[in-house]
Amino acid sequence: MYAFEYQNPSTAAAAIGSAKGDARFLAGGQSLVQAMKLRLSQTGTLVDLSGIAELKGISVAGSNVIIGAMTRHSEVARSAEVKQAIPALADLAGGIGDQMVRNQGTLGGSIANADPAACYPAAILGLGATIKASVGQKERAITGDSFFTGLFETTLAPGELITSVEFPVPDCAAYVKFKQPASRFALVGVFVAKFGSTVRVAVTGAKSSVFRATDIEAALSKSFTPEAAAAVKVSANGMNGDMHGSAEYRAAMVSVMAGRAVARALG
Amino acid sequence: MTVSVTLTVNGKAASASVDPRMLLVHLLRDQLQLTGTHVGCDTAQCGACTIHLNGRAVKACSMLAVQANGANVTTIEGLTGKGDKMHPMQEAFRDCHGLQCGFCTPGMVMSACQLLADNPKPTEAEIRAGLEGNICRCTGYHNIVKAVQQAAAQA
Repeated sequence: MYAFEYQNPSTAAAAIGSAKGDARFLAGGQSLVQAMKLRLSQTGTLVDLSGIAELKGISVAGSNVIIGAMTRHSEVARSAEVKQAIPALADLAGGIGDQMVRNQGTLGGSIANADPAACYPAAILGLGATIKASVGQKERAITGDSFFTGLFETTLAPGELITSVEFPVPDCAAYVKFKQPASRFALVGVFVAKFGSTVRVAVTGAKSSVFRATDIEAALSKSFTPEAAAAVKVSANGMNGDMHGSAEYRAAMVSVMAGRAVARALG
Repeated sequence: MTVSVTLTVNGKAASASVDPRMLLVHLLRDQLQLTGTHVGCDTAQCGACTIHLNGRAVKACSMLAVQANGANVTTIEGLTGKGDKMHPMQEAFRDCHGLQCGFCTPGMVMSACQLLADNPKPTEAEIRAGLEGNICRCTGYHNIVKAVQQAAAQA
């Protein structure tokens, strides 16, 4: 690991103030620390967010669940409020990596990293969440649909800090992933959520970035059944292909996982 | 640049002056001489470096020593009770032959303790899922699961 200056501010404002030049924020570090060890990532200044109380916590306001960016996956998975309001989200958090990763990894860290096979991005897109982020004195709300822009890329500006995420509570939802057994990342993961007559279907692991499967959404808006999702033939265009599965395999798995997610959502 | 770190390790106060890039596992092993915590893969796959940070299992190779500043850390050495009495999970691993070469064992035991803390009466499937983050290259999983079942039954 290359050397860096370490800072551990106690407020979000101080963290944003510390983030000059090529500084990086350290959330749970479950991807960043490993990337730094491998020298895939380096920084002049590492700003540790773990001492910032205002970035942690879970609350329910109206029809939204609001989760602080530094909330650990295991806290979301075990939260009575999340289990009650959006059980699919607690379930997703409880299936990320392994228990040690879940005890350290955070919501904000996961979505800022934008790993193409990570689980949380599927919930951001599938639920149409809103990401609150700050840079300088400016705070903004970013729609889930516009947040992820490519492979490990987001719309965040340099030095911009995610503070919290607002998840709208759906009528019903579920997340099902077909795991890559060694990494536990999604080979293909599908998040399905129903809001009245609108259905959102988000897919992770299959392309360079999380995306919405609009053909499956259209089919499920007409008939919210596992069969309707599984019957949609998804194009292999733009799908990842590697030693674990071809592009055609992943495309086929999107429909299969979507069908299973609908079955689980219907309980 | 060095940063001073103060933490509690196995009930005792410890402090060290560390380079910010030092990993927690190296602070424990190289500076505090607690070599029970192992470095296996060093890439967060194997779980041999699992310790408890403020009561929760984490991988000590996946965090910086500075991230543990002010924390309460328990390593495999800290599980042993007074008079070198083994922890019930350690006893169960011994009784059930839950180890072969023993390299993964400290991490397995620390993970298994967390598993039972969260779910005191797990099913076999829940044990296998709960230990997903720990790899035994001797592939001795069957007796490891038995050991966790025995520890759960005795608790």
